[in-house]
Amino acid sequence: MSRAATDGLATDGFRWRKPPFIANPVLRYGIWLLAAAYLVWAVSSIPIDPQRILAGFPRAAQIFGGAIPPDFARWELLLSGFLESIQIALIATAVGVVLSVPLAILSARNVVPVPVYLVGRAVVITARSFHPVIVAIIFVKAVGFGALAGILTLILYTIGFVSKLLAEAIEEIDWGQVEAMQAAGADYLKVLSYAVAPQVMPRQIGLALYQLDINLRASTVVGIVGAGGIGSTLMNAFGRYDYDYAFAILIAIISLVFATEIVSGRIRRGIS
Amino acid sequence: MLEIQDLVKRYGDGDPVLRGLDLSVAEKSVTAVIGSSGAGKSTLLRCVNRLVEPTSGSIRLNGMELTTLRGGELRRARRRIGMVFQGFNLLERLTVMENVLAGRLGYVGFFPALLRRYPQEDVDRAYGLLKRVGLAKYVNTRADALSGGERQRVGVVRALMQEPEILLADEPTASLDPKTAEGIMHLMRDLSAELSLPVLINIHNVAQAKTYAERIVGLRHGLIIFDDVPEALDDEAFDRIYEGDEAGAAKALGEERDDAAVKA
Repeated sequence: MSRAATDGLATDGFRWRKPPFIANPVLRYGIWLLAAAYLVWAVSSIPIDPQRILAGFPRAAQIFGGAIPPDFARWELLLSGFLESIQIALIATAVGVVLSVPLAILSARNVVPVPVYLVGRAVVITARSFHPVIVAIIFVKAVGFGALAGILTLILYTIGFVSKLLAEAIEEIDWGQVEAMQAAGADYLKVLSYAVAPQVMPRQIGLALYQLDINLRASTVVGIVGAGGIGSTLMNAFGRYDYDYAFAILIAIISLVFATEIVSGRIRRGIS
Repeated sequence: MLEIQDLVKRYGDGDPVLRGLDLSVAEKSVTAVIGSSGAGKSTLLRCVNRLVEPTSGSIRLNGMELTTLRGGELRRARRRIGMVFQGFNLLERLTVMENVLAGRLGYVGFFPALLRRYPQEDVDRAYGLLKRVGLAKYVNTRADALSGGERQRVGVVRALMQEPEILLADEPTASLDPKTAEGIMHLMRDLSAELSLPVLINIHNVAQAKTYAERIVGLRHGLIIFDDVPEALDDEAFDRIYEGDEAGAAKALGEERDDAAVKA
């Protein structure tokens, strides 16, 4: 259509602006004002001392100086810590993913009665409420130093994460398939295994791989509080000012993270 | 023999969708239910196999009262009622054979079902029916790889695997192109005769209803206002069924009226 064709329909002076995200102007500017006021208070109340930041630079230089070149002389110790971390991650992922399935079903609104759903969700939220490092500290107190504490920590971590996201996947399924199975006279378990499981299976495999990825990283961290694996080795190296050895461990951890990223990414592409 | 008496269905506090409806369907016949969207066609069918809970009234299948069944009794009754859906409702990620065998879920135990160890006679029957509808070569194809018409044929076969005493079809052709839709209607009519099966079909396309059904039931505001042979469905009866719903009427007439409009 040419410009001339619409000229006759034009009206003058109609001004248009995109409507604001928050309609109420008092609320709109009030939020900005409150945020600014809080920021000023927060900065002024926490002692941020430029002197200390400046003093940190030479110390950091000292650490890095000591770290280069990395020292792989004690590679056997490094390797054993490393393998323990991988074991912790693999065992925790396997057990956690299996345990997360029933919990996910119990906390999916569309496949269980409301009271069951509420209890299931409460369990999931509880499992998710603490960072794995805090959970690891508790488990180290409970079962002692070593890999067992790390495994238990990461099982809980896995259950919290996978069951929440699997429950959400279950809530999004195509309900028509469920109705078709009910119409054929299938009972609850058969409906779950025929109409629900196939629909969420690709998601669950993806989640399991992603969680393995996360657990490999987390298994190095929980070691720092004594829950076994390469993290314990790293903490000891720092404690003895063996910065060159610590750097070697860090390089090994980064390589592991890269490797898992590549492998899990490739597998996930393969299934979808 | 399906006998429905004084069936009422009300969703929540709203007006009833079905208002004391009576209908009986005898053996080995195709009955088409027509009516505007919201007339209660889907609700009527879904009350029969209790995917929707009737508010009151009685539904009897070969003498058995369905409205009061619970738990295992309900599941055993449901397996005698086959259902074909508008959206096919196939298990998309499973194979055609798994979809068809799923029609036996009301009969086999949990572990045989989980491990796909169905009795040989079920597999034979599944293969025979797939052959009958021309899908034998797709046994191991995933359902989501099939075309619309093929998918609905799988839907029909799955329902027949239940060895049903009645077949319900809820707008089975609404998601299909006209030619494929004709094929599915044809198939259901033939199977009704071959298997001596009463078939109750909700349908929007009145031309198809007239061609393939032996009886037409017109539903309006939850009551049956027309119930006769297709020949008796004249313009006057048609207008009564679709009164106040010009869009629905045009859709129901399908191509016929489109052609008329073009000529005019």
